[in-house]
Amino acid sequence: MSIDVDTARRVAKLARIRVDESDLPALADELNGIVTFMEQLNAVNVDGVEPMTGVTPMRLKRREDVVTDGNMPERILKNAPDAREGFFAVPKVVE
Amino acid sequence: MLDLTYTAPKPKVIQGAKDDWELVIGMEIHAQVSSNAKLFSGASTAVGAEPNSNVSFVDAAMPGMLPVINEFCVEQAVRTGLGLKAAINLRSAFDRKNYFYPDLPQGYQISQLYHPIVGEGEVIVEMGPGVARHVRIERIHLEQDAGKSIHDMDPTQSFVDFNRTGVALMEIVSRPDIRGPEEAAAYVVKLRQILRYLGTCDGNMQNGNLRADVNVSVCRPGQYEKYQATGDFSHLGTRCEIKNMNSMRFIQAAIDYEARRQIAIVEDGGSVTQETRLYDPDKNETRSMRSKEEAHDYRYFPDPDLLPLEIEQAWVDDIAARMPELPDAKKARFMGDFGLTDYDANVLTAELEAASFFEAVALGRDGKQAANWVINELFGRLNKEGLAIGESPVSAGQLGGILDLMQKGEISGKMAKDLFEILWTEGGDPAEVAAAKGMKQVTDMGAIEAAVDAIIAANPDQVEKAKANPKLAGWFVGQVIKASGGKANPAAVNDLVAKKLGM
Amino acid sequence: MSKSLNSLTIAEARDGLRKGEFTASELTGACLTAIDGADALGAFVHKTPDIAREQATAADARLAKGDAPDLCGIPLGIKDLFCTKGVPGQAASNILAGFLPEYESTVTSKLFGAGAVMLGKLNMDEFAMGSSNESSCYGPAVNPWRSDDRELTPGGSSGGSASAVAADLCLGATGTDTGGSIRQPAAFTGIVGLKPTYGRVSRWGIVAYASSLDQAGPMAKTVRDTAIFLQAMAGHDAKDSTSADIPVPDFEAALTGDIRGKKIGIPREYRADGMPAEIAALWAKGADMLRDAGAEIVDISLPHTQYALPAYYVIAPAEASSNLARYDGVRYGHRAKLSQGDGITEMYEKTRAEGFGAEVKRRIMIGTYVLSAGFYDAYYNRARKVRALIKRDFDQVFAGGVDAILTPTTPSAAFGLGEMASADPVQMYLNDVFTVTVNLAGLPGISVPVGLDSQGLPLGLQLIGRPWEEAALLNHAYVLEKAAGFVAKPGKWW
Repeated sequence: MSIDVDTARRVAKLARIRVDESDLPALADELNGIVTFMEQLNAVNVDGVEPMTGVTPMRLKRREDVVTDGNMPERILKNAPDAREGFFAVPKVVE
Repeated sequence: MLDLTYTAPKPKVIQGAKDDWELVIGMEIHAQVSSNAKLFSGASTAVGAEPNSNVSFVDAAMPGMLPVINEFCVEQAVRTGLGLKAAINLRSAFDRKNYFYPDLPQGYQISQLYHPIVGEGEVIVEMGPGVARHVRIERIHLEQDAGKSIHDMDPTQSFVDFNRTGVALMEIVSRPDIRGPEEAAAYVVKLRQILRYLGTCDGNMQNGNLRADVNVSVCRPGQYEKYQATGDFSHLGTRCEIKNMNSMRFIQAAIDYEARRQIAIVEDGGSVTQETRLYDPDKNETRSMRSKEEAHDYRYFPDPDLLPLEIEQAWVDDIAARMPELPDAKKARFMGDFGLTDYDANVLTAELEAASFFEAVALGRDGKQAANWVINELFGRLNKEGLAIGESPVSAGQLGGILDLMQKGEISGKMAKDLFEILWTEGGDPAEVAAAKGMKQVTDMGAIEAAVDAIIAANPDQVEKAKANPKLAGWFVGQVIKASGGKANPAAVNDLVAKKLGM
Repeated sequence: MSKSLNSLTIAEARDGLRKGEFTASELTGACLTAIDGADALGAFVHKTPDIAREQATAADARLAKGDAPDLCGIPLGIKDLFCTKGVPGQAASNILAGFLPEYESTVTSKLFGAGAVMLGKLNMDEFAMGSSNESSCYGPAVNPWRSDDRELTPGGSSGGSASAVAADLCLGATGTDTGGSIRQPAAFTGIVGLKPTYGRVSRWGIVAYASSLDQAGPMAKTVRDTAIFLQAMAGHDAKDSTSADIPVPDFEAALTGDIRGKKIGIPREYRADGMPAEIAALWAKGADMLRDAGAEIVDISLPHTQYALPAYYVIAPAEASSNLARYDGVRYGHRAKLSQGDGITEMYEKTRAEGFGAEVKRRIMIGTYVLSAGFYDAYYNRARKVRALIKRDFDQVFAGGVDAILTPTTPSAAFGLGEMASADPVQMYLNDVFTVTVNLAGLPGISVPVGLDSQGLPLGLQLIGRPWEEAALLNHAYVLEKAAGFVAKPGKWW
């Protein structure tokens, strides 16, 4: 499985990272190098192996259904590049 | 308990320009879990707050923030699963669904793709007395709701509010077992009813707390049966998904439109493109949501911030032991215990509060009479005033009191209705009010006989006519009751009039 | 006292403060002066002298009252990955330019609760992705050690932390370790660095790189300091679902120096082809030291070792691609200037293209690729299965009675800044070859400085312990430290 320019373009698009068309071949090459490195994994027999989920068996932590947080819109919005009237503002989304 | 067995309804058939077509519909219902706090944070789920005020740093996906699951939301999902007679998975896991959208601050939604908490179940959707569709549930999973983008506050900007971000949703996925627009709506009604009985979702569709994605495809008659026999979807047509429907009426209209659109395409020799569509109620049409299609690769993978969710069978058993009686069981019991008709039982079990009200009235009384009064007098009056059952000025105890007075023969049906009116507006104890208002049916046979005799004596012409035509005897009965000021017991009057007229 | 205050160890400073030999304010002042004189190291990227002085004053008051935990008044540096309230936290990335957290990470709040003093935020590789600190938006941190005129890397990603501790700018520094980011820089700078068992230290408030691998830990001058420091960082946190609710033992008390009868494993698979003779000799020397202390040295096998790096470079970028999706220009940090007609997609794409550096972009895209439709099973799920096998290798070794495993920390001493610039990314990844298995298996690992190479640069050995047995691991490290007697310090050139 090798990464061509189209794949590199699609991956950049999925990742929402702008890559100039002229940079795509180099990107594809670079990603290919890494993917080739990863393909060493194909040599491992993983039949019947369950993917690892944790270091030691632990029970997933739970919280109670109690409101303990919120009511701080100014702190939520404080770092926003653009906040208006209590909302985050972004370039118009066309549906 | 009465065992309700059903026959399957006929699938809806749409006549195309050339052929007959059947519909195949599957639904994904997003039901907001009733809880105080969000699925993975301690922020409130309350509606109507100022923008971005029910938001924690976790909900806003600030750097370094981590999710911790709300156990009650898990319990609600288990309860819902039990309510749909579904398998509960003691081990489930959360996955991230990755996509970019301004109302999705993490850049992913935490959901359960690979290992949902609830497995296969079933909903019985009645389409008429003795006729019902068994809709199989494929799975229920827990996931986070997104925030809200507002597009009409500014010409160039969209505004984003995260109050809803991270609220727990149950996605209830059906098999493609629904065969027409009416069945689809009835399925949503039934599911909503069950969720409300369980208390796991308030079912408020206007607020978007219950909304449906509808998968529609069309096929020629006979194809669906082939799919059923083999499980092979290739016997069915290509489906389109209509997103985010929150009204029963629109669900039906959208399915109907979409089916006809697909039929036209196929009959024209074209093929349906699998895609996501949006229903526009103003134009009554569906249109493609290409923006959602653009990069349809969600890159699901297990959320590394959360371990697998393991629950104990004992905990599930405990939830099961505390389950309320559900609509199907309640309906069967009402029909069996109170002798209700299928129709009345449906009406009375539609909402849990109404069912409980009825049951309080009917307990130890004539069930059918109680049903008549609750449905006709009480519901009629509530509807007229736009009130919910919980707001009824007449309590179950008061209505029961009215029925008791009637049962004992102390008041007539007419009086009972008057008494109901008085209690509705003024309140009070039925027996005391009846006494105070002099509402007492006369059953003193001597007094009634005297009144009958007087009317007969005063109306010889009518007597002759009545003897020729016994149906006219009712006139005498009415006159006697009227003369008694409505207090004479109609049954007693009836008997006496018949006797006196020699009928 | 002959030593300048900033060159004290945590244990020495703790004892001196309690005896009243000097105050926390004096100690902090000495560190602040050293920091101001060390800009050439690029270690501190946001200095917080006001906070430091205020905390030192408060610590002095606590010391005066006799209510002073071990870290009370101890000046520390904090890796830029930790969110500290009101202090810039950028994870060394332009995409978080201007971000001022409104919250305090669990680790820093525990440290401050114990009376520690924050001197500032420390340089690192952008989003902790790197092994040389060269991917930082601030420019690289520089190793205080050098053998000639070249500037050397302090390692990465916790390069600023390592540089600052080695140059005596602070008494200890927080680090984080996803594939070796504490241990490798510690080895490159002649200090001690410990990556705890996954779940021992809360991740809440630490900018995530790869959630299933990230673990914060202490970097300090000695094993004892590391024990004291870890004590204050460790413990259960209800806000982190992966934090372990198990008791934290007294780490310093575990430093008995007695490892007689303990079994130390030497994994044969780590004896890679082309291992420099100096590294091999150091490793053998370390084994001898532990044997001389009464431990039994055994040959062990960890058969899946060679697959650890490729598994890591699937799993870590996959998680990172998702973890870093939140940097989208909407709620905090950088947002690109937009052109007429640009919509939301352009906003995302330009913001992320401008805000992320090359290595971060590369890992996000690799991660995106391995999770994308059709490749998930081939790459990501396979890597998770290999990860399970790697963990099983360790489980079997520990089940066979091995108490700790000894390996080199790095395949070489520190290399020159810029030397890897033209190499392909995979070459840089090979730096993690000895450390990354520990993250994949979730185990505790510690790097201890053991000697100098022929150029006079420090080299470290790594000890790997059983899960949750940091106390025993520290004791092994303590023995190794004592036997090695590593006392060299970099000559001050900055």
